[in-house]
This record gives sequence, C-alpha cells and structure tokens, in this order.
Amino acid sequence: MDFGSVLKDLCSQTGVSGSEKELSVFISHLFEIFCDSVEIDPFFNVIGIKRGFGSSKKRILVMAHADEIGFLVKSIDDRGFIRFTNIGGMDSKILLAQEVVIHGRERLPGIIGAKPPHLLKPEETKKAVKLDELAIDTGMDAVQVKKLISIGDLITLKTVPLELQGGKFSSKALDNRSGVAVLLRTMENICSVKHENDVYFIANTQEEVGSRGAIIASYNALPDAAVVIDACHGDMPDAPKDEIFTLGKGPAVAIGPNLHRKMTNRLIETAKEGNIPYQTDVEPGDTGTDAWFTQVSRSGIPTVLISVPVRYMHTPVETVSLSDIKNAGRLVAEFVSLSTEELEGILCC
Amino acid sequence: MLLKKLTDLNGVSGNEDEVREFIKREVEGYADKIRVDSIGNLIAFKKGKASGLKVMLSAHMDEVGFMVTGYGENGTLKFHNVGGIDTRILPGKQVLVGGRRLPGVIGCKPVHMQNAEERKNNIKEKSLYIDIGTDKKEEAEKLAPLGEYVAFNSEYTEMGTDCIKAKALDDRVGCAILIEALKGRYGFDLYACFTVQEEVGLRGSEVAAYAVKPDMALIIEGTTCSDVPDVEKQEYSTLLGGGAALTIMDRTSYVDQRLVNHIYDLARDNNIKVQFKQTTSGGNDAGKIQRSGSGVRAASISVPCRYIHSPVSMMSMSDYESCKALTLLALNNLNK
Repeated sequence: MDFGSVLKDLCSQTGVSGSEKELSVFISHLFEIFCDSVEIDPFFNVIGIKRGFGSSKKRILVMAHADEIGFLVKSIDDRGFIRFTNIGGMDSKILLAQEVVIHGRERLPGIIGAKPPHLLKPEETKKAVKLDELAIDTGMDAVQVKKLISIGDLITLKTVPLELQGGKFSSKALDNRSGVAVLLRTMENICSVKHENDVYFIANTQEEVGSRGAIIASYNALPDAAVVIDACHGDMPDAPKDEIFTLGKGPAVAIGPNLHRKMTNRLIETAKEGNIPYQTDVEPGDTGTDAWFTQVSRSGIPTVLISVPVRYMHTPVETVSLSDIKNAGRLVAEFVSLSTEELEGILCC
Repeated sequence: MLLKKLTDLNGVSGNEDEVREFIKREVEGYADKIRVDSIGNLIAFKKGKASGLKVMLSAHMDEVGFMVTGYGENGTLKFHNVGGIDTRILPGKQVLVGGRRLPGVIGCKPVHMQNAEERKNNIKEKSLYIDIGTDKKEEAEKLAPLGEYVAFNSEYTEMGTDCIKAKALDDRVGCAILIEALKGRYGFDLYACFTVQEEVGLRGSEVAAYAVKPDMALIIEGTTCSDVPDVEKQEYSTLLGGGAALTIMDRTSYVDQRLVNHIYDLARDNNIKVQFKQTTSGGNDAGKIQRSGSGVRAASISVPCRYIHSPVSMMSMSDYESCKALTLLALNNLNK
C-alpha cells in the first residue's frame, strides 16, 4: 500500500462529525484490502475484523476516530453572505481569509472573508475576531445561494495537502486520519504474522463532539482489550515544552488512570524489544480521547492510548511526520500479535 | 487562461523575474520594441499610426508576500512581509518558499493550548513563523537562505456566478489587460509598462514614467472592494459586479478630471458597466506617474478585488471584462 498517497486520500475526504457516511464507505473499501470482514454500523463506525488462529482467543479492539472538525450554515443574509457555527473546537483567528467547501446541493467553494484592515478600529486589530463576526463569501447573490445552500448544510476547511521537507506532511484532518492510517498500517503489518487473537479495527465517528461513535463501537465490539489511536500536540516553538511531542521521535504512549497499567507497561516493553521509537505522554486524568469512554464501557475494558504527534491541531495546516505513523503501526502490530496466554496475564489487574 | 497563468506565477516586489519573463514571451509578437530597464520594468513599445501623442499604459507585476529574515532553533523560518499584509490573516496559511517553491505552512499554537488571554488576542507578527518541515536550523538556512522570497500558495479557482479566487489579482489583472491592449494598434505611440515594486512604494512606475515621458497615462489596477458584511455602506470603496472602477482621488493621486470624466462618459455611451471608487483609501502607480517630469494627465481604471492582499482575493469576471473593454475603448478614443 502506498502509504503517503493513502494518507493524502484520507485527508482529502470529507467527514465532519455526524456526517461521516461517505468517509466511512471510503474507509471500508480500504479495510477490505486487509480484513476478513468489514461492516458499517448505524453510527457509521467502520468495523474490520482480522481473525486470529487461536482456539481460546481474545478480542482486541484497535480504534481511531475518523471524523474531522467543521462548520454548519447558520444563516444566509440578504446579500448571500453565510454565517456559520462550529462543529468541534476551532480557533476563529485562523479562519480569516480561509477557503472552505460548502456541502450544499453541490460542493461549492467559499471564502471566509476579512474586513479590510484600513477599516478596522484600533481595538479590532488587537482583539481576535469572533466566530459570529465571520461570514462566508460564495461569489453568488442571495437568490442563488438560497437555491443551492440551506441552513444546516455542512462546511469543511479546504486545503491542498502538502509534502514538506524531512518526511513531513501537512493537511487538514490529520487529527485523526493519521490514526486511521495507523489502523491500515497495523493491518498490513499483521497480514504477514500468525496472530492468535481476533483484532477488531474500528474507524469511529463523532469523536470531536464527545466520543459518541467510540461509546457505541466499544459497547458493540465486546472487546477484551482496547488500543485507542489518536493525535497529540506536536512540537511547536510557541508551545509549552512539557505539553508537546517531537515529530519524528515516535508515537506517544500514554500513562495515567485512564489507561490500563499492566497493558501500558507491556506496550512500552514491546516498543523497547522492537527498537521502536516512542515518547511518554503523562496523562493525570481525562485524556480527552475515546480511551476515556472505552475504559468504562460495559463492565470495563482494559485500554491503552497511542498518539501521533500533530502540529497546529485543528487548523487547515496540521502537520505530521510520516515516520511516526509508520512506527505507531509497527508498535500496534507487535502488540496485538502477543499470544493469548500472555495477553491473559496482562489483562488481569 | 491568461489570468490563471499570471496569478500562478510568483513575483513578490523586488523579485518579479518570473512574471516579467512570462509577459515578455506573451507580448513579443505584438510589440515593436521591448526593453527591460535597470529596476526591472518591462516596457513594450508599439508605434502609432500617426505619431505625436505618447501614451503610457501601466500595470504592476509585483505582488505582496514575504522575505525570510531569520531562523528558529528548530528549523522554522522567521519572516517579514513585503508590502501591506493584514497580519491577522496569516496563521494557518500555506506558502511557497523561493524559486523552487518549497511548500511551507504558517504555524500557530493550537486553540487547545492557548490561555484565555491568547484566545482573545491576535497573534503578534513577531511570533509568527513558517514551518517547511525541517527540524534543523542549518538545513533551513540552506533550503531557505536569508532574503529568500516567499509567496502565498493559492490555486486559481472559479467560483460563484462569475467569480475568480486567486492570489495576486492585484495587479495581474492589469498585466493581463495590458497584454490584450498590445494586440491593437492605435493612433498614438503606446508604451505598455509592466512595472515593479508598486507594493513597496510605487518605485518602478516612477522610473518608467520618467524614461517614457508620456503625455497621458492610464493605470490599470486591481483595487480594494470592501462591500462585505459589517462594513458600513458609506465605507464601500467599490462594489463587486459594479463594473470597472474609476478613481477620482486616493492617497497617492488626484486624477485628471477631464480624462476621468471622458472615460466615464465613454463607458456610459457604450454600455460598459462603470463605477467611481467611493473612498479615498489605497493608492497606486498613478500617484508617481502623474507627478513625473513636468506632469502627466493620468487616470486609473480598476477591477474591484475583495480580500485584496490576501491569498484569497476575489473578483468578478464581468468586472474584469468591463475594465478590459473600457481600457481598449479609452485607448481608441484618446485623440478625441
């Protein structure tokens, strides 16, 4: 699988939380390349199963959310300008002069305009613009806009994915299509391994609005253990040093109450055994990921969390190192290939 | 399409070579003589059917952008803007660095990591940086040496009823119209001047006008269009779709009233959509050309561009067509 181009394709898809149907179908086709069976549940979670050969095998869930942040059309004014609201956390400062796609009756390009600087009052140049002060310009008048666009239509950020220097890649939606890429990489890796346990790969939905897909998926999959893949903050010059992870130094393995201690320790051991680079992510409470919900699903699911460092999260220029995704795929593959016996030993408390 | 080709080129002020080379090839077949002066202006001369009057047609090749001014320890690029750019629009945008067009992004701390104060305020220009992917300062220095030019990365896109979104519409629209104008032959000597460094102080046109010593000049521009939400109607400089925009006065020029009224009447008589620019903000090469030598009768004809000086400038094709038609009509009626 040409990994770089798959990631590019994944990022180019649209899948705002709550409207992932098209994206899920796209992902299901990718899952079909490697999995024994693939289905899409009513929440549009994509579930791909790779069966293990063991007799008393366990079931391991490997899960990443596929949805992305976006917007909804709130109103259309009498000149055709569109006011909008956000789905998922968004910094309105980055939205000025940003290109978007409006998913109306057809896909329409739009521009989030900015008031010309010479018309700004002094305080406006200092104060960050608020979301409700922004408007989208489609280049159409109100009559045409209303013909093609309705209140409630989706809006997504528009970016051309870029290959940067040093094996880095920039696009929208790398949080968390990178995670979906890790799922695919893991599948590809375990194709050549005789693994005892069943592995359930799930690309879930609605994480950005409260891990709703993960709650359903974790409940339905009945797993014995779960590996959650998400994004963590990459290294940026203007960010606090103890809250960031260096791009290219491997995925981050989380430690804390949200994560199963023994399983996490074994995950770290696996990384060391395989000489897979990793970073340690100390999470004293809510990890802010699907792992928070998966851990307390049904009668409790032992859960670990692996994160891919992403710079400039929730912007159109999120940036990752491809090597981190590859290394995460290696680490998860090694981990889910542990014997049933060893896994049983770890899963007890 | 000409306008797509022109806006895809990068030509930040002081680095207009790409644009100049392209235009040179475009006009070679039409001009009688082409020369490039010491500052970089491209001057295409077309002999008139009857000599006497000398007319200068001017459009600037340069666009706003950035230059690399330093490096962060982690390989990021520090930069400074070239020409007027609203710093507020920069976080989260894509750029192309240098002649090799290395892609880069203007990064910023994610909203999750900002404290209440940071969330409320705009990011200061000094704390912005470009990430080209390298983590090493030495590598960054090699890939993007000090002084390297940086342009916005933005694809020419058709949108809406008849709109175009691109970077550098200011003033590749003018360049495109000048190229078209050179295809005609007129009753006077025409000097089509593709100028440099307009965005940093109308530098190229000053030199070009002095050398050409025209009797009359038309400046073809992309101008501000502020008919957007939350702007008071009286602050609208021009209207998108309102036709070619004629300037009476701005920060740099006070045009020849007989000339501008003549052009306005021509538009009206020939059903070309035309509007006066309603505000005096902004400025263009007319300011320098008008005051060149012993004075030049000058007027500006412009295409309204919303979100000017940003990667997502937007114009209406019908305004562009009006501006082109009016420019050609004016040229054909200057003797009268």
